Amino acid sequence: MIDLPLLSIVIWTPIAGGLWVLLLAGGERSGATVRAVALAVSLLTFALSIPLWAGFDPGTHEMQFVERAAWIPAFHIHYHLGVDGISMPLILLTTLMTVLVVLAGWEVIRYRPAQYMAAFLIQEGLMVGAFSALDSILFYVFWEALLIPMFLIIGIWGGPRRIYATVKFFLYTFLGSVLMLVALLYLYSEAGSFAVLDLHALPLGLTAQKLVFLAFLVAFAVKVPMWPVHTWLPDAHVEAPTGGSVILAAIMLKLGGYGFVRFSLPITPDASSELAMFMIVLSLVAIVYVGFVALVQPDMKKLIAYSSVSHMGFVTLGFFIVFALVQSGDATGAALGIEGALVQMISHGFISGALFLCVGVMYDRLHSRMIGDYGGVAHRMPAFAAFMMLFALANSGLPGTSGFVGEFMVILASFKAGAWIAVLAATTLVLGAAYTLWMYKRVVYGPVANEGVGALEDVGRREFVVLAVLALMVLLFGVWPAPLLEVMGPSVEHLVEHLSRSKL
Amino acid sequence: MTPPGFVLPDMLPAAAEIFLLGMACIVLVVDVYLPERFRRFTYQLSQASLAGAALLVLATFPDTRATTFEGAFVADPMAAVLKMFILVVSGFGLFYSRVHLEARRLMRGEYFVLGLFAVLGMLVLVSAGSFLTLYLGLELLSLSLYAMVALDRESRLASEAAMKYFVLGALASGMLLYGISMIYGSTGSLGFSAVAESVGAAATSGSGMRLTLVLGLVFVVVGVAFKLGAVPFHMWVPDVYEGAATPVTLFIGTAPKIAAFGMLMRALVEGLGALQADWSQMLVVLAVLSMGAGNVIALAQTNIKRMLAYSTIAHVGFIFVGVVSGTAAGYAASMFYVLTYALMALGGFAMVIWLGSAGEEADRLEDFRGLNERNPWFAFMMLILMLSMAGMPPFVGFWAKWSVLREVVASGMTWLAVVAVLFSVVGLFYYLRVVRLMYFDSPEEKAPVSSLADMRVVVSVNALAILALGIYPGALLRLCAAVVVP
Repeated sequence: MIDLPLLSIVIWTPIAGGLWVLLLAGGERSGATVRAVALAVSLLTFALSIPLWAGFDPGTHEMQFVERAAWIPAFHIHYHLGVDGISMPLILLTTLMTVLVVLAGWEVIRYRPAQYMAAFLIQEGLMVGAFSALDSILFYVFWEALLIPMFLIIGIWGGPRRIYATVKFFLYTFLGSVLMLVALLYLYSEAGSFAVLDLHALPLGLTAQKLVFLAFLVAFAVKVPMWPVHTWLPDAHVEAPTGGSVILAAIMLKLGGYGFVRFSLPITPDASSELAMFMIVLSLVAIVYVGFVALVQPDMKKLIAYSSVSHMGFVTLGFFIVFALVQSGDATGAALGIEGALVQMISHGFISGALFLCVGVMYDRLHSRMIGDYGGVAHRMPAFAAFMMLFALANSGLPGTSGFVGEFMVILASFKAGAWIAVLAATTLVLGAAYTLWMYKRVVYGPVANEGVGALEDVGRREFVVLAVLALMVLLFGVWPAPLLEVMGPSVEHLVEHLSRSKL
Repeated sequence: MTPPGFVLPDMLPAAAEIFLLGMACIVLVVDVYLPERFRRFTYQLSQASLAGAALLVLATFPDTRATTFEGAFVADPMAAVLKMFILVVSGFGLFYSRVHLEARRLMRGEYFVLGLFAVLGMLVLVSAGSFLTLYLGLELLSLSLYAMVALDRESRLASEAAMKYFVLGALASGMLLYGISMIYGSTGSLGFSAVAESVGAAATSGSGMRLTLVLGLVFVVVGVAFKLGAVPFHMWVPDVYEGAATPVTLFIGTAPKIAAFGMLMRALVEGLGALQADWSQMLVVLAVLSMGAGNVIALAQTNIKRMLAYSTIAHVGFIFVGVVSGTAAGYAASMFYVLTYALMALGGFAMVIWLGSAGEEADRLEDFRGLNERNPWFAFMMLILMLSMAGMPPFVGFWAKWSVLREVVASGMTWLAVVAVLFSVVGLFYYLRVVRLMYFDSPEEKAPVSSLADMRVVVSVNALAILALGIYPGALLRLCAAVVVP
């Protein structure tokens, strides 16, 4: 099993499948074949990614499933793949969510279904590539290339203001990325290598570190997104089709977080340490202020989008409280913070994806995302109401759901770093509950609001399966996060140890 | 001392040029006697001439630098690679021209003869071993192009463009000659190697000659900048691009850029390499202005040919950025850029020709509206071309920008790299606009766009080559690095 280039297979299967789906569309045939092929490809990819977990050795921080081949030897660029405990779970998240997204778009997408499915499959391969690339240029190629399918997904199948939203999304992220490219080229001129692990070991002066850190920050902060560069996200989410929102929230945002742990922190530890307080404050603003912003949204998708920004604030908070803890010699606390942030990334992937799917289920029926257009949905869609209840509670961080685990770990770690940080961060438990449950109450409870709601039908079998899978995941990692933590453990400990050594 | 007398020079290094000259004359004569219905034969003969010249270039591919005609003609690996690309790109260009001209019943033999002479001019230009040969090649190229722009004499726009091109081009040629005369005055020679020697001596000794040299250099740089279309010598570009028939625009916008890069390498690097510190400064200014003005003004265009004209200006800025570093790797990066840019521009203009192949000119951006519904395959090809020009991976345009940026960062001018990438964000916006129109808007007319089978194949090969080079750029990058010798 080790001999098979598993990562390559997981990257290229969906891309090849996507191209196949595109070719199938040649004769304007019915969407049935296209959907069947797309589902088969996404299931196959998911099945192929399972050995990554099953065959993963949780006892080491070393990269596993490594593949390395010369790509552009003249400039030391390699086709270099590998995963550790940080990236492997994200790859499984990607392959699982893509299956669900293909299912969710089943009958809903009537306009050019082949291009829709192909875009998601190709995007899946590119995202896995970004998570597993160990060569910074290879990473950059995947990271940039995956903007193209998302740009088309929002632009072609999105809502009325889709063009504004998607161009804004593209330009924001592109602006961030090009500065990262310059930073990578600078690092190459210093290290003579594009390999990520070589860059980790590269000694750098403080000024250089700070500049590189800021270049990375622009790229990753836009992607996460951190306050105040988050404004593309609500626009993109609102206008994107359901599948687009799910992938955007569940996986794309995680690329930003992943970028911090894979690039910013280990390559520029001293600059990160110097600027940690700045980053903590930005994270807290995201958590608290954006939480308040979410409270007043009349549009469900926008509300969930702001809630995403707020929850991703926990991820960046978890990463940057580490430095205070490392300085006080508390390695366990530091590891707790990073692990919490990583668990939060996975958990937020499931929860936000599920919430967007819930909105999608309602939108497919009533063609409205406005909270005011709903009310009393529970009378007509009891099964749906139960699922949404679970996801709403998970989003507010109820113990027993995966939403609780990550947030709790980060809050616990931040207590060690400073009580005021923890207190501010903990307000999210109140705020998150307030905006999520209030929305839930207005949409689902109460008397049937209008005829449209009165005519609603409960979730069909396909929708049930999609929501049930996510519910299972949310509960599973809520009560038993140990497998996840076990996988991440050594990699996180290694990272903390790396951060505790100065590069100066 | 060899005794004065006539010695037959070694013709072999110039075999391709001599062959092409002969063929151009034959095509000219044959065409006169061809009845109208056999006009396509002229086209086929021209393509065969290009193919023959390409084979000769390959057959005489030099391992090292060789000179002939008393050093006035240089045959080195760089020239051979540039010539191959010029010939291949021109071959594509003639093919696209045929499609356009036949659809408009403008098929005339002169077009192809002029095209062949222009190609000959480009080949001479990249092989120039002295300022005189350089000027000869440049004028042969330019005069053919002026005539090609004016070929459709019914069109007022084309005549205006030709006039403008001619007047400004003559001015630039005059400047170039003036610069050459100053350099000749201070060094006493026209050959690049002899000039390089005296300039090297003058640059180190710090004599008064240096001032004359730098003054001469300024005019040479202006000449090069004009030919490439760098700001502030870009005024002709948008008008000529818009006014000329699309295949002529395609012709002007692709292969001559490769030749102009060769001219830059010969004149500035080989001839005036000792003044690198001086011309680098000038090129930095030109590069920043070109990238800035090109990208910003392109935003406001509604005509795709004008938009591509400003985009060319911006790309020229990028090409200069690579040269500025003054290292062999930097020149190689610029060479890679110019070669891949020619491929991308070729595809871009081919799309305009294809869309207008029904007879109606389709050079407004609006004409691309809803192309995904009318012909998804061509829309996808255009998507590849536009995003490649914008510098998105996994297309080759990314590697072009990447290699140029790498060298400029390596030479310590990170600020220039930052400026360049920020302007490319601006550039992304107008490339995205084309994608946006094609994919997100509904078409004005629903009729699917049909196309000739051979057009479909050639455009697809062109666009897919850009994707393929983007996935595996290594070979071409290595080739460029291998043939550029500072």
